[in-house]
Parts: sequence; structure tokens; C-alpha cells
Amino acid sequence: MIRSLVSPEFLVKIDHQQCRRCKRCVLNCGFGALSFMDRVVPDNNKCVACQRCVTFCPEGAITVERHPLTFKNNWHWSVDNIRAIYKQAESGAMVVTGMGNDRPYISYFDHMVLDACQVTNPSIDPLREPMELRTYLGSKPNALQFKEQDGEVALDTRLSPQVILETPIIFGAMSYGAVSLQAHKALAKAASIAGSLMNTGEGGLHKELYPYGDRIIVQVASGRFGVNQEYLERGAAVEIKIGQGAKPGIGGHLPGEKVSQEVSQTRMIPEGSDALSPAPHHDIYSIEDLSQLIYSLKEATRYTKPVGVKIAAVHNVAAIASGIARAGADYVYIDGFRGGTGAAPTIIRDNIGIPVEMAIAAVDDRLRQEGIRNQVTLVAAGGIRNSGDVAKAIALGADLVAIGTAALLAMGCHLCQKCNTGNCSWGITTQRPELTARLDPEEAAERLANLLRGWSLELKEILGALGVNAIESLRGSRERLRGVGLNQVELDVLGIKPAGR
Amino acid sequence: MKGTSPRIPSGCSITGIFNRKAKRFSGADVIKSIRLMHDRSNGLGGGFAGYGIYPQYRDHYAFHMLYDSEASQRETERFLEKNFIIDRSEPIPTRPHPNITDAPILWRYFLRLKPYVVEQFSASQDAKHMGEAGNGLSEKNYVVRQVMDINQQIDGAFVASSGKNMGVFKGVGYPEDIGEFYRVDEYEGYMWTSHGRFPTNTPGWWGGAHPFTILDWSVVHNGEISSYGINKRYLEMFGYHCTLQTDTEVIAYLFDLLHRRQGLSLEHTCLALAAPFWKEIDRYPEAKRDVARAIRQVYGSAMLNGPFSLVVGFTGCMIGITDRIKLRPLVCGQKEEVVYLSSEESAIREICPAPDRVWTIRAGEPIIVTLEEGVQP
Repeated sequence: MIRSLVSPEFLVKIDHQQCRRCKRCVLNCGFGALSFMDRVVPDNNKCVACQRCVTFCPEGAITVERHPLTFKNNWHWSVDNIRAIYKQAESGAMVVTGMGNDRPYISYFDHMVLDACQVTNPSIDPLREPMELRTYLGSKPNALQFKEQDGEVALDTRLSPQVILETPIIFGAMSYGAVSLQAHKALAKAASIAGSLMNTGEGGLHKELYPYGDRIIVQVASGRFGVNQEYLERGAAVEIKIGQGAKPGIGGHLPGEKVSQEVSQTRMIPEGSDALSPAPHHDIYSIEDLSQLIYSLKEATRYTKPVGVKIAAVHNVAAIASGIARAGADYVYIDGFRGGTGAAPTIIRDNIGIPVEMAIAAVDDRLRQEGIRNQVTLVAAGGIRNSGDVAKAIALGADLVAIGTAALLAMGCHLCQKCNTGNCSWGITTQRPELTARLDPEEAAERLANLLRGWSLELKEILGALGVNAIESLRGSRERLRGVGLNQVELDVLGIKPAGR
Repeated sequence: MKGTSPRIPSGCSITGIFNRKAKRFSGADVIKSIRLMHDRSNGLGGGFAGYGIYPQYRDHYAFHMLYDSEASQRETERFLEKNFIIDRSEPIPTRPHPNITDAPILWRYFLRLKPYVVEQFSASQDAKHMGEAGNGLSEKNYVVRQVMDINQQIDGAFVASSGKNMGVFKGVGYPEDIGEFYRVDEYEGYMWTSHGRFPTNTPGWWGGAHPFTILDWSVVHNGEISSYGINKRYLEMFGYHCTLQTDTEVIAYLFDLLHRRQGLSLEHTCLALAAPFWKEIDRYPEAKRDVARAIRQVYGSAMLNGPFSLVVGFTGCMIGITDRIKLRPLVCGQKEEVVYLSSEESAIREICPAPDRVWTIRAGEPIIVTLEEGVQP
């Protein structure tokens, strides 16, 4: 039998002069890429460049480099293509990966710039003036009615349930199972500290997270894992997951190795069994079916919580979002093609879906044309990397954004894209107890809350530069965006002018 | 229109005078007041709105028009004939003025509605889009639609004002010169507002001068609406087209939408446009907090953000308001039944040397001046 044709991606170099043979690196590697035989011996084939050993080597004796090119340079047949073919020729299987689309598609965020005030309208100093980021998640009516009550004017309109957010940034859906309980706790604590929200994803809600329920969106996905009456009642909002940016049109994949006893109890499935959620919901084959589920969930929660729908950004996203709004959803969560995942076929992740920038612009336009923009809160997600992206997404028309990958990075993730293996050396996307123990929920929560705080401060600076002191004055204000290096069609879809106009 | 240009940010002076007994007085006062603030404008725009100036035509929609050419006038008149009954059509009287040049054709029409057009309009897609079919607002919505159509579709024609028993006189020049040019001193009204303009990045054009109007709403504005982008897109959802590309335009439409069409009280309308900060709202007593919070939640896209002070006029009412951190000045004065609003106290004292009261209005808190009880405009 020939040796595998799949050559290593990375090259691990140990400086044996520096190394003091403490074996910490060997213990830290979740992927078994380092062993000790007299001295530390790397297995390049197993290294995923998660940088855990590099970070924890007390002597700084380890470097991980990209493996020198072993193939003749070829613009059409990239190394990734060749490697995938070798893997599939050996396994006859789909190539599966974690995290979001990493292909070099254009990033529209990087081709938009924001405005600032000079002279005619003064900028506002957020260190000296109030600057408001508060946002409410929930459906709003087009108009309010008032009535006289005891000689005073009181509201006659009863608003749908609204969830208060102190920043327009929430955490995206990541399930317990895909990530560790420690990671879930950290997200819930951070959401509590920051007045934000975390999202259970499709894996149910562990009992230890119940105290944070008012800061948690509970998801109902096609597998219905962990969905019961108490689950719905604990959440601040309920989300029906139709699709995910990383894998539009296909279901969830949690390999049995990650289904520990705790995961199995939370998800209400047998221990060690693969948790495969179906591609469509088996009770939703049309928009009217979706509407029924929306109202079933509203009934089940007695109309006390917003019920939203998460979809992947696909070609016809505007019409779909409009249908969802009309079906009774309180918010629509649009996940662009850069959105992450715990596991997805690489071919799906890298080739399906559209950029969230385009999707948000199209959806916001469509809802306005139909006069129903107020009916839903619009959440944008999928590859939001910094507060600049947040501001741009909001200026395009989103009410708020959700971050997943950025949150994982804050907890220590190094974007090695191996979440699907369950070997995360950082204790984030694994259920192996010796690995999950590495993630201190308190510390990770503080790091996550710091991230939200940092981005919120930056958003306030951006608003101040724009001369406005409330986030709603940026929301949908595309006049404050300009395109750089975009063609006219792209500018039209985004609804923005080119720089200089 | 010639000289049309993208959004024009501007500095400015504003002033307003209101007689609460609806006693009419000459426009000479308002010219005198705005003249004092000459240095706040730069000769690229001035204008006046007078209320109660056409008592003989009090039930007619008075359309003040600016035309680039006779062709645009002819096209507009065909449009008006088709959609209204024109009871009177005449040039707006002017006197030659050395500082006012290149005036467009200035014309006014006193219009009545044709029978049945409102019913037809109510049944139309347009009216449905405006969400008001058949609820009694349709007549005014119909007029709004005609104004939008003229501004949007007829090249070189621009509606300066379209309300009843009121009119707007505006153009390129210093406001005091514009007032003399239009013979504003020869009209009598119970309310006058005025504006002197300092546009900063383009030459002004006649249509771009303040006041901006829709129906009998008029707005004079010192400042810039930094939230213009979203205010405009919000209004589009309700059938308003911001064709003039000037931020002030959205203010008139927002008052029209929130107060006239959606039935919010003037206080609540002002609460939406210059909303209190959340930390203030959080401290309100419960009932008041619920109202203020709901207004911000629902009308967030209508909030005006950026530096502004405004004087808004409409039949029987004058409103003064600034942005919520008061980046532009506004002073209020009162002498017996007359109330004054102005960018500067001196401009009030210029015409009312000994007011009973003069005070600086607070950030975001509106002054709403109405006629005394039982007085008809």
C-alpha cells in the first residue's frame, strides 16, 4: 500500500537548542502532532497550525510554517484542489471543514468607506457627549396610536415583544456540541455583561445556562434538538433556523465523537450518535408552513418573546425575507456566505451563497419598497470582522449584526478550521474533557465582553465622526457610505454612490 | 431646475413671528428682523413664508411656482388644468431690485379640486401605497401627490408652496433683498417666518432656498440633518420623494407624515424628531416612559440627527425646536399676544425693543405656539 499522497500543509520546527524537553507542547497538542521520543518529534501530517504549542512553549522554541511548495506552480490547479482530490481518491468521501468560506472572493466591506463631518455639520465627541447604541430586537408597527387615560395621553398600540440590547452586536448561533459547554457559558456571561445576546444554535440549552436565559436566543432548527417547553420559556427570543451562511440548503452535522453524555442530555439524543439535522424542516415545505411554526412558537411562549427566522443569504434572499416578514416573523437573521460553521462540506461552504453586504442591501430595499421594513428587525451576519464592518452593515440597512468567528477568536481560536474534528486544542470546539478544561469560562467571558466593549467604543467614535449621536441615525443611511473600486451595477445593488460623488 | 445640485449643507439665520390673536400685520417686520442677521447668510438664498396672506382665497390651494422656462410653465399648466380647477392664475408681483438677478418665472395659482378626483385617487394604487385610502385624508394626499409629480416629473418646474391661505417667497439673494423684491412688505399675515442662507459647497438655486413646504407646512432651518440618508429612505416608504436633494425638505415631509397622516400630536411628533436620550427616558415615570420609548422604537428612522434649529409653520401654529444637544441657536421672545423665534435675540429686539420675556429654548424641547382659544386663523 502506498503512502498517502496528501502532503503535509505545515512544517513544525523545533529548536532543540532552546527546547528544555518539558513536554508541555506534547500535552497541549489536541491533534497528536507532537510526540516525545528522547526529544520532541513533530508529525507534520497532523499539524493544523492552531498555534497552541507555539503559544505555550515556555522557551519559544517552536515555529509552525507553511510547508514549502511541493507542487509545480499552477494558477488553475491550486494546491487546495490537488490536495482535496488526493483525499477523496483515498477516502471516497466528502471533504469536510470548519469555520467560514476562506476563498478570495471580493469583500464589499473593504470597498466601502464611511463619511465624517467637517465644519458644516459638526462632529460630536463621544468622550464628552452622550452617544447611544441601544437597539431593540422585535417587530415595530408602522405607526402608533394614542388614547386619553385619566386625563393623560397613553399608548393605545400594544407593541410586540422587544428585547433590549445595549449594543447592536450579538453573538451568532453556535451550538453546545459544536462548541464546549465552557464556550457556551462564556458567551452567555459575556452577553449578560454587555447587554447583548448569545444564541444556542441548534444544540439545546444546558441547565447551567438557565440563569442567563434573558440574554439567550434559543434556536429551533430542523433537528429540533433540545427543544421542549422549558427551553422555549427560558429564552429571550426564539429563532427558527432555516439556513446557515456556511452551508445554505443543507442540514447540521455533529459527529458522534462530539456527542458526550452532557451533550446527549442537552440535545435529547443518544450518547455517541451522529446528530444530523435534516436539510429542510420536515414540517416546513412552504412559506405558509413556516408561518404556522412561527405562530406555534408564539402561542407556546404566549406572545411574550420575539420569534425570528434565520436564513442563509442566497440569490433570491430579498423575496424570501419579505415572505418571512409577512409570515409573521419579528426578526430576520441573514447569514452571508462568509459565515462560519462547526462542520460543513468544503464544496458547499466555498461555493454557495452570496455576500452579506449585497444581501442586506437587497433585503432592506425590498422591505422598504413593500412598506414593511418596520415589521422586522434585520440582523446581518457572516464574516463581520471589526466595528467598521458593523457600521457599514448597519448603514446598508441592518438593525444589528451577529458575530461568530470574531467571538471564537476572542476566546482564543486561531482559525485552523478543524472544528469538525473535535480536537480543538483551545478547548472551544471540542468535547474532550482534557481539552475543554483549558477554556476558563470566566476569563473567556471577560475577553468576549472586552471585545464587545471595544467595538462599541469604536462604533461611538464612528457615530461621533458622522455627527450623529444615536445608532438609528446610521441605520439604513446609505448616504453616509461611498464605494471605492466598485462598478455601477455593484453600486446600484448596494444603493450607494461612488467616492467623489 | 437650473443649478440643481446634490445635497447642499448650509449655515443660516432664521426668524419667526406669530400673532396669537391672528391679527394680521405687514411682512415689513420680518424683513427688518432678518436684515439684522445679514452676516449669517452669504447672499445665496433667502425666503419668507406668510400665513393668512390670502384671505380672499382662504379655501384655495395657493401654488407658488418657480419656472425655468415658458416651456416648463406651459407643461405645468397643462398638468394643473388636468388635475385641478384653476380659479386664478397670475404672476407673483415683484419689484425690480438691483441685487436680485436671474429670477425664474414666478407664478401663482389658486386651485380647487375637481369633483370625483379624490374618490378616484382614493381607489388608486398610489393612495393605497400611502396607506390612507378613504379615511378622510385623501384630499390632502392627492395634493401632495400632485406636488411630488410636478417636482419629480416636469423639468424646470418647482412648487415653492402649495398650502391654503399661505405662500412662500424665496430666491437667491440676501433675505432682505428677496423680501423687497417680492414686495413682502405689502402682504399682511398673522405669522411670518424667514430664512437667510449660507450654503457652503455650491451656488444656491431658487428652489433650494428656504422655506421648504408641503401643503401648509413650511420649514426654515439652520443646520444640517446628518441623518438625512435614513430620513429620506424612511419617507420614501410612505410615498414621499425627496427630489430637491436638500436635507430641509425631509423635515416638512416628516411633520406631514407623523402629524397629519399618522395622527401623532405635535408634542409627540417633536418627541420623535428630537427624541430624548435613553438615559432620560429611563428616568421618566412609567406612563411617560412607555410613550417616549415606543416613539423612539417605532420612529427611530424619523429622528432628526445633526445640528439644527427650526421654525416650522402651519395653519394656526408655529413650532420652534432644536436638535437634542442644541448645536444651533434658537431664542424665543414674547410681547403680549405676539411670539418671536429667532437665531439671535438681537433680531427679536430689532422689531420688539421691550419684549415681556426673552429666553433661550432648551435642547430638544419644542416651543409650540398656537392661536388663543376661539381664535380662527
